[in-house]
Amino acid sequence: MITENVLLALILLPFLGALLAALFQANARNAEAWLSGAVTLFALGLAILLYPAIEGGRVVRLDLQWLPELGLNLTLRMDGFAWLFTMLIAGIGFLVVIYARYYMSPQDPVPRFYSLLLAFMGAMQGMVLSGNLVLMVVFWEATSIFSFLLIGYWHHNAAARDGARMALTVTGMGGFCLLLGVILIGHIVGSYDLDVVLRSGAEIRSHALYLPALLLILAGALTKSAQFPFHFWLPNAMAAPTPVSAYLHSATMVKAGVFLLARLWPVLAGTDAWFFIVGTAGLTTLLLGAYFAIFQQDLKGLLAYSTISHLGLITTLLSLGSPLAAVAAIFHMVNHATFKASLFMAAGIIDHEAGTRDMRKLSGLFTALPITGTLAMVASGAMAGVPLLNGFLSKEMFFAEAILEHRESLLDSVTPYLAVLAGAFAVTYSVRFIHSVFFGPKATDLPREPHEPPHWMRLPIELLVLACLLVGVIPGLTIGPYLHTAIVSVLREETPEYSLSIWHGFNLPLLMSLIALVGGILLYAALRRYLAHCEEDPPGLRGLRGQRIFERILVTVSWRWARWLEAHLGTRRLQPQLRTLVLVAIIVTAWPLFKAGLMPELSSIANLDPALVLVWAMGITCAIAAAYQAKYHRLAALILLGGAGLATCITFVWFSAPDLALTQLLVEIVTTVLILLGLRWLPERIAESDAPASLAARLRRQRDFLIALACGMGITVISYAIMTAAPLRSVGDFYLERAYSEGGGTNVVNVILVDFRGFDTLGEITVLGIVALSVFALLRRFRPAPDSIGLPEQQRIQNAYDDAHHDRSVGETAHDYLLVPSVIMQWMFPIIIMLAAYIFLRGHDLPGGGFAAGIAMAIGFLLQYLAGGTRWVEERLRILPVRWIGAGLLVSTLTGIGSWLFGYPFLTSSFRYVEIPLIGQVPVASALLFDLGVFLLVVGATVLMLIAIAHQSIRSHRVRAAETAKQEEVA
Amino acid sequence: MELLLSLSIGALVGSGVWLLLRPRTYQVIIGLSLLSYAVNLFIFSTGRLRVNAAPIVEKGTEIDPAAFADPVPQALVLTAIVISFATTALFLVVLLASRGLTGTDHVDGRESEK
Repeated sequence: MITENVLLALILLPFLGALLAALFQANARNAEAWLSGAVTLFALGLAILLYPAIEGGRVVRLDLQWLPELGLNLTLRMDGFAWLFTMLIAGIGFLVVIYARYYMSPQDPVPRFYSLLLAFMGAMQGMVLSGNLVLMVVFWEATSIFSFLLIGYWHHNAAARDGARMALTVTGMGGFCLLLGVILIGHIVGSYDLDVVLRSGAEIRSHALYLPALLLILAGALTKSAQFPFHFWLPNAMAAPTPVSAYLHSATMVKAGVFLLARLWPVLAGTDAWFFIVGTAGLTTLLLGAYFAIFQQDLKGLLAYSTISHLGLITTLLSLGSPLAAVAAIFHMVNHATFKASLFMAAGIIDHEAGTRDMRKLSGLFTALPITGTLAMVASGAMAGVPLLNGFLSKEMFFAEAILEHRESLLDSVTPYLAVLAGAFAVTYSVRFIHSVFFGPKATDLPREPHEPPHWMRLPIELLVLACLLVGVIPGLTIGPYLHTAIVSVLREETPEYSLSIWHGFNLPLLMSLIALVGGILLYAALRRYLAHCEEDPPGLRGLRGQRIFERILVTVSWRWARWLEAHLGTRRLQPQLRTLVLVAIIVTAWPLFKAGLMPELSSIANLDPALVLVWAMGITCAIAAAYQAKYHRLAALILLGGAGLATCITFVWFSAPDLALTQLLVEIVTTVLILLGLRWLPERIAESDAPASLAARLRRQRDFLIALACGMGITVISYAIMTAAPLRSVGDFYLERAYSEGGGTNVVNVILVDFRGFDTLGEITVLGIVALSVFALLRRFRPAPDSIGLPEQQRIQNAYDDAHHDRSVGETAHDYLLVPSVIMQWMFPIIIMLAAYIFLRGHDLPGGGFAAGIAMAIGFLLQYLAGGTRWVEERLRILPVRWIGAGLLVSTLTGIGSWLFGYPFLTSSFRYVEIPLIGQVPVASALLFDLGVFLLVVGATVLMLIAIAHQSIRSHRVRAAETAKQEEVA
Repeated sequence: MELLLSLSIGALVGSGVWLLLRPRTYQVIIGLSLLSYAVNLFIFSTGRLRVNAAPIVEKGTEIDPAAFADPVPQALVLTAIVISFATTALFLVVLLASRGLTGTDHVDGRESEK
């Protein structure tokens, strides 16, 4: 069990470290390095301790359930191959942390750097340790994102931003393709579990979806590993700090692509499609990368193209479909990581010491940097494939594989020649790297005087170069057993006989190596003068830059097409948007109904009740008249709206819904008051013009009329069909049967709201509270339009009248008008409170409840405002609606939580009857307490909204109007 | 009765949609209110129309669900009524704020060119 949990620790540890590292001070370089070093070293130690558990082809698995129904589990899985990568990630990670301590300057905000580096490490560990393909894609994407953040670490630098964005776009799109591919694989196999997938190779390869799945997965792998034609992001990613380049863009992240290819090799490889697609991409990348590397002037650019080329070599090896080639591929992954990471670090030291990475300026540094120079030479020897170094061994294996015949084709027959050519190129750029930097006349115009760096900065390179040498000289004693474990875990029973020894006698691969070595040196000699001051990139191919094509595509898609679409399909105008919405709604509703042949039969109309017919004759008239009047006669439209509401209300009573009728009636009142309060701030009413409308306007109206007609008729048909269909036995029966026996109330609607579906109601009242607060917040910053600031005409006339008569004070006329009603309204206040209490208390058994009672109570407050005016009320009565809202939510939630105390789930209700003198038996249910919360909240929300609007009349714009008047006077 | 109610719902929807497509914010708010009546009635009517069958049960007796109107649509509509009041208020305030900021009550915040 401990062993399995170590897998989790390997992933979580770096993420925890990342969180901690982010908290340090900006200049805490040492503390960051200690923390990150400790984390990486600990992870390395854990990985080493795990080795016995996976030796000999065994697998360590940890299954944590996540969404088992969907086949998504947090399965972690380590075998030999994953272990090898874990070692690389942790080991090189540790060295990079040490190196970065000396590389980063005191001005750099290091917490961000180390935090991101550790987070990347966690994502990478997660990627290689995932035993579930979907989980793997998640970590895969995480590595893309952390790579993006790390490339853009110096975000004040435009190249860093562009490089980061490009890397993210390319690898992110690849990641998306990979996800689709993985889903296809999951569809074919029926599981995302890696072990299951690895066992189903034959099934996948013979499936009809094999090719799409393959293409999608390759799109992911090839973008990540910077394979042609997606290679261009990697050189641009060199804007990252060098430790990042050494870690992500040579040793680990770009290896994720080839890791995946090797991981799925037993499943996907061996078909023609695999051979040709992967082979073409690999060979092209191998050759093109090496060729471009020769002509780079930036040290890191050279290394980047060389990385592309070496990844191409690995891809080519994997494309061949032969187990021996796969062995070579895995071996080369490790070798490349060691020598390339050390070379990047060396390039970083040169940059650090000399102040430039431009090979045209660098020259003769050997006297100043003898040790770094020697280390770089050994590492480039490994890169070039010089004997006795690790790069030689895997390159030799590559040559040996290249000359074997795999598949009758042109691609196969040219492979050996292209391999030798790429080998020669590799020698050329390796020699160039060393010769132009360390030899030749001593450079005179360097920005800085170079010295050997601190020993600790060189230590990581020393260790890596030592590894190159040891593996190169005694492969069998060093990497041999571990490599074998990795190979067995990938190839299983297909594992071939292979030999890691350095001497296989005089054979063709050795001859090819020699030709490449000599040819490469000769090529360098021939090109040396030209290269000393040529421009970047090879002649003839300078125009052919993937970067430019990429940017052009990006501009086309994200700018031109987007603009075109916006211009042709988009609008900022609301009416066309709503029209489209309504039309789409009509179509998507009508189409399935038309196909299903919905045509309700007209039942007899004999059962029509004349009273209701009359009600709705009025209701329909009101609705249509409101639609007609809303533009020119706002008040009339509001009154007509109320008429339609009243008809709705009567319908609710008629058809056995007293609760709804009660609530509707009360809401009708507050809505009307609300809109009345708003009317004052609308512009002056538009005069009906006698001039005939323009043709365009008439057409528009006719079109809208048709749309409205279609909606109305459609909904008529649908609702008629539903109403005349036989009733279904719904969940309503359940509530009816249990309302009293389990909820303790006879009003089933109320019991549903406060008991059975109490949680829904809690959500609803929360929404209500939020809306009320939004209204309040919006109105705090309310600025009315200039022409609405002045008093309304009616008030002006009244005030003028009051002014003219010296025995009257301003406002008296309005007060007189409302004298009788306001007395009634004031006297009604306690009665309405009683009514609200009554509605509230009977709610559980009879029509009523918190919602209705709350609105009734709010109306009580509202009437006081109407009767006495805002100031009068607030001098006497302090209503704090926000507190009512808060109290309501609190009461409801605490009622819910209360049931936890008794060991029941949230909002479980209980009830009993209590005998109260004089009143008799009263049901006391916890649901009543919940309903009290609803009541309080509804009162608060309603009052808050209404008062907030009412307050606008006595608020800031008055002050502002006064100020403007003053300014005018001054002017 | 079903025919009457469905015609009424249709009239409410038609008027509401017509107003929804108008250029003045006040028209839209009236339209939305009409639509909310229609939607509430529609949802309510899916429980079928029953007269004198309010879902208020007798205490302690055996209950025959068929004797009562379906309480579920009613419960749905009850909260919908209150919420639609709140959204009307929110829309009204947005309308007023937009009018204050732009000086027009056109739904786009500026008069159309036509």
